[in-house]
Amino acid sequence: MNTKSMIVLIFTAFLFACESTPEKADDAVAVEDQGTNLSDATDDASSEAQTYGTEDDETSGISSLDDPQGPLSVRIIYFEYDSSDIQFEYRETVEAHAAYLVANPNTIMTLEGHADERGSREYNLALGERRAQTVKRQMTLLGASPDQIRTVSYGEERPAIDDHDDYSWSQNRRVEILY
Amino acid sequence: MNIRKFGSIVFFTHILLGTLLVLNNALALDITIEQGVENPIPVAIVPFGWSQTSLAPIDLSEIVAGDLERSARFEAMDFKDLPQRPAEYKDVNFRDWRLLGMENLVIGQLVLTEAGEYEVEFRLIDVYKEKQIAGFRLPSTKAQLRTTAHEISDIIYEKLIGVRGAFATRIAYITVNQKRDGSKIFSLQIADADGHNPQILLESPEPLMSPSWSPDGKRLAYVSFEGKNSNIFVQDIKTGKRDNVAANKGINSAPAWSPDGSSLAMTLSKDGNTEIYIMHLESRTLRRITNNQAIDTEPNWSKDGKKLAFTSDRGGSPQIYEVAVRGGGKPKRLTFNGPYHARPRYSSDGNSMIMVTGQGGIYRIAILDLRNGFSDILTKARLDESPSFAPNDHMIIYTTTGARGTTLAAVSADGQVHQRLALQDGEVREPAWGPFLPRR
Repeated sequence: MNTKSMIVLIFTAFLFACESTPEKADDAVAVEDQGTNLSDATDDASSEAQTYGTEDDETSGISSLDDPQGPLSVRIIYFEYDSSDIQFEYRETVEAHAAYLVANPNTIMTLEGHADERGSREYNLALGERRAQTVKRQMTLLGASPDQIRTVSYGEERPAIDDHDDYSWSQNRRVEILY
Repeated sequence: MNIRKFGSIVFFTHILLGTLLVLNNALALDITIEQGVENPIPVAIVPFGWSQTSLAPIDLSEIVAGDLERSARFEAMDFKDLPQRPAEYKDVNFRDWRLLGMENLVIGQLVLTEAGEYEVEFRLIDVYKEKQIAGFRLPSTKAQLRTTAHEISDIIYEKLIGVRGAFATRIAYITVNQKRDGSKIFSLQIADADGHNPQILLESPEPLMSPSWSPDGKRLAYVSFEGKNSNIFVQDIKTGKRDNVAANKGINSAPAWSPDGSSLAMTLSKDGNTEIYIMHLESRTLRRITNNQAIDTEPNWSKDGKKLAFTSDRGGSPQIYEVAVRGGGKPKRLTFNGPYHARPRYSSDGNSMIMVTGQGGIYRIAILDLRNGFSDILTKARLDESPSFAPNDHMIIYTTTGARGTTLAAVSADGQVHQRLALQDGEVREPAWGPFLPRR
């Protein structure tokens, strides 16, 4: 099974909060043993959410925020120049965080939008806002409540890297997911 | 470097001013001329007389010469080459000056009045016509003497170039300094247009943005992230008292004063998308100007108060649009030639507009002639932004980022004169050139 169909399946699984897919992916990420290790996710998980973790499946289920290997460990979504489109590679990240919010309705998340320094500062502030709003919209489409997601834009004012080259700019065009 | 030693070298002349001047812990900007005009106007400024026997409280002629030299449109005669040093008209020996080919002569004196105040008298003289072009007596105070010198420069500029000088004005800007632990300190500062007298108006560990002068020069609007979100503040410069005028959910940014001072145009995203609004400051009522799914931001008022120019990507890429303040209607697109145009600023005479233009990863300052639609790129670096007109439209101050860090630079509207304004340490950006002082 290729990665694409795998992701589509995961997407479907999260969207409808149904049983997870039986297939195993070769590049499956490890999740923590939820039976013995009480993570943030299981601590306050609803009964519905617990069904995610009962399946013997390594690719779905609500991950722990603390799991360095889990999909929730990805906290930064990077963007192309002057774009607020979510790149395909961040689909899984967005879905995992949305599912986490669904499973933890009392959790509030902040999406912090940023831009690279090129062009004008106020336009970049608006661009950072649009990036954060795009991620928020995706997460709410996946079931998260809009009330759980705060957005803030820093534009180009808080770069991750202060240098003035292509690599730095690629690292600065981002939305940071903060819990 | 001695400011008096200019000689005839205008190109690549370095004028370092106030390098060590420290006021309010703020460092002064060093202004360097990187390129001047080809034929600067020669002018001789004779050291001003002083009515007392004690040392004069200020060297007015040095300040005037510095102003004129920095504009790069004048070439001041080296003080040591002056054939005579008259303080009064009757003492001018025209023949001496004619022999040196010196056309324009400035003489004057500083007088301490019986009331303990100051009076500055100066004359601008046409040597060939043996005629006084301008003569003024300006009352002043000890604290105001530098400003008085700049006012003299403004008059000389006006008499010899035809447009009021903008030396007796101030600029606002944002500085960023990195502390030892890597954290940053942002500050909002103002200084005289020659970089002197820098004053910190606000310091914050969170970013500051977009300073905008009230038309009377008494207040600044700006954006501060001190509440972990962009908020708009209006601060009284003298008292430091300030109001948080916009603190909605989402973006509160890009404040721009209406020419009558009653309102601020601004960008808010409280209704879900970045849109431009006008806030009446006294009543705090809001009127929405744009209504579009795209980004609409960076409003700027035409000087007659009738139009707003702004940046929008409603056409797919950021471009400049213009809309009537009253009645609204469909915004008219002003820029077509290139994939990126942003941050418009109207000139005072309404004939042109400056902006950031981007193409192939290079961002420069462009000027658009609103009468015929032609545009010119004025700057030469790769990352130029935040252009702001001097109130006489002759110079444009902006931010430039390059190998020497992020500093301010200025370019004349005709592209001939280039200056650099840098701090010894740290970043300086987002300059906003303040208005003229009221004429007296």
